[in-house]
Amino acid sequence: MKAGDELAPLEIPITRTLIVAGAVASRDYQDVHHDAVLAREKGSPDVFMNILTTNGLVGRYITDHFGPSARLRSVKIRLGAPNYPGDTMTLTGTVTAVEGEVAEVRVTGANGLGHHVTGTVRVAVPARSDSSEAS
Amino acid sequence: MGGADELDFLDRLKKFEGQPAATAGVGKDLVNEPMIRHWCEAMGDTHPAYTGPDAIAPPTMLQAWTMGGLSGHGDGTGRTSGYDELFELLDGAGFTSVVATDCEQEYVLDLRPGDRVTYDAVIETVSGRKTTKLGTGHFVTTRMDVRANGEPAGTHRFRILKYAPAASRSRGPAPAPAGEGAAAGPDRAPARALRPRPVVNRDNAGFWAGVAEHRLLVQRCTDCAELRFPWLPGCHACGSARWDTVEASGRGTVYSYVVMHHPPFPAFDPPYAVGLIELAEGVRIVSNVVGVAPDEVRIGMAVRLEFLRADDELELPVFRAEAS
Repeated sequence: MKAGDELAPLEIPITRTLIVAGAVASRDYQDVHHDAVLAREKGSPDVFMNILTTNGLVGRYITDHFGPSARLRSVKIRLGAPNYPGDTMTLTGTVTAVEGEVAEVRVTGANGLGHHVTGTVRVAVPARSDSSEAS
Repeated sequence: MGGADELDFLDRLKKFEGQPAATAGVGKDLVNEPMIRHWCEAMGDTHPAYTGPDAIAPPTMLQAWTMGGLSGHGDGTGRTSGYDELFELLDGAGFTSVVATDCEQEYVLDLRPGDRVTYDAVIETVSGRKTTKLGTGHFVTTRMDVRANGEPAGTHRFRILKYAPAASRSRGPAPAPAGEGAAAGPDRAPARALRPRPVVNRDNAGFWAGVAEHRLLVQRCTDCAELRFPWLPGCHACGSARWDTVEASGRGTVYSYVVMHHPPFPAFDPPYAVGLIELAEGVRIVSNVVGVAPDEVRIGMAVRLEFLRADDELELPVFRAEAS
């Protein structure tokens, strides 16, 4: 891994199920993440993904790329355009720096409305002495 | 909606900076395999570190272990009265909606099943009033220190926007008891939003009288002949208070410009170009550049004055790009 490396994009269909499952798995019962009627009353066209789910998806995108030994050190994200049901978010990433076994990756998640998320992830990727290590 | 009221309100908000948001909070559940598995299912995360006998929790679950859940932040979760009071203050001013905007987490210790999560949080900053696409409100940033069995496990900085929705169609605009509320004309919300009204006073009334006659008038000092724009009572060159006017020819060039993308304001349809136009007479005026795609506006571009009827009561001088 080296600065400038680009990660393969990951497309995530934004389903109602993903939004609700992510909200519940993160213990977030704000109505705008599961109740479309109440979301509309609050000025939103529909339910939308909560930040904890976005955080989890960004973390998954990074560790999927760097493999079994990867461990997240920090995830810093900023939200923009909401993830509404029916949209697709495409995560892309670029390695911006490498220091020892730690890579810094700039991540963007774009949906039909624009940038849902931008952020920076630091991930440790220890070299493995034996790639056939028990799994 | 007075500036003094707004400053007073901001003062009251700023008093919360540095106050605890949660003290000695305890996670409702020990770190546990079922919650980890449900999280991984939802996220589609199949990373091997999160399963098996030596599993760790996905680090991005950090905040999840501190959540109040369906039963909320009751006893034991450490939520302070200060945090609730800040929210009440913002709610009372009409900033009733909340949306998370930033999450910054650092992980120093793996969380494993059986770990007891405890935390403290502090209100770091409360911003001044900001207008966003969602509406007008205040950003509140908190920092939480999370521990596992008493050992520092990570930090979690979280920013939310407490705001008054810009377009709440199903309900009327939120009441604004403290003179606070959506900055953009909630009294006109049902109709198409209008551009802001100019403030016409005795120092600039002549300018607006000129606009009404489709004449762009520039002041000229009758002592030293210096031109000035925008309209002011005195000459910046010699200090004289005596002046007359000259009518601009309408020719000009783009001296500088910006393209407004964000945030959108009612009555404005981004992207649009705001130009600093240098008139042929030498003075400069801020106005819209029209007749050209915003991203094709260029410094030095030749423009010509025209008058835009914005609505029944408002006409404005704008500048149309000349065919090159």
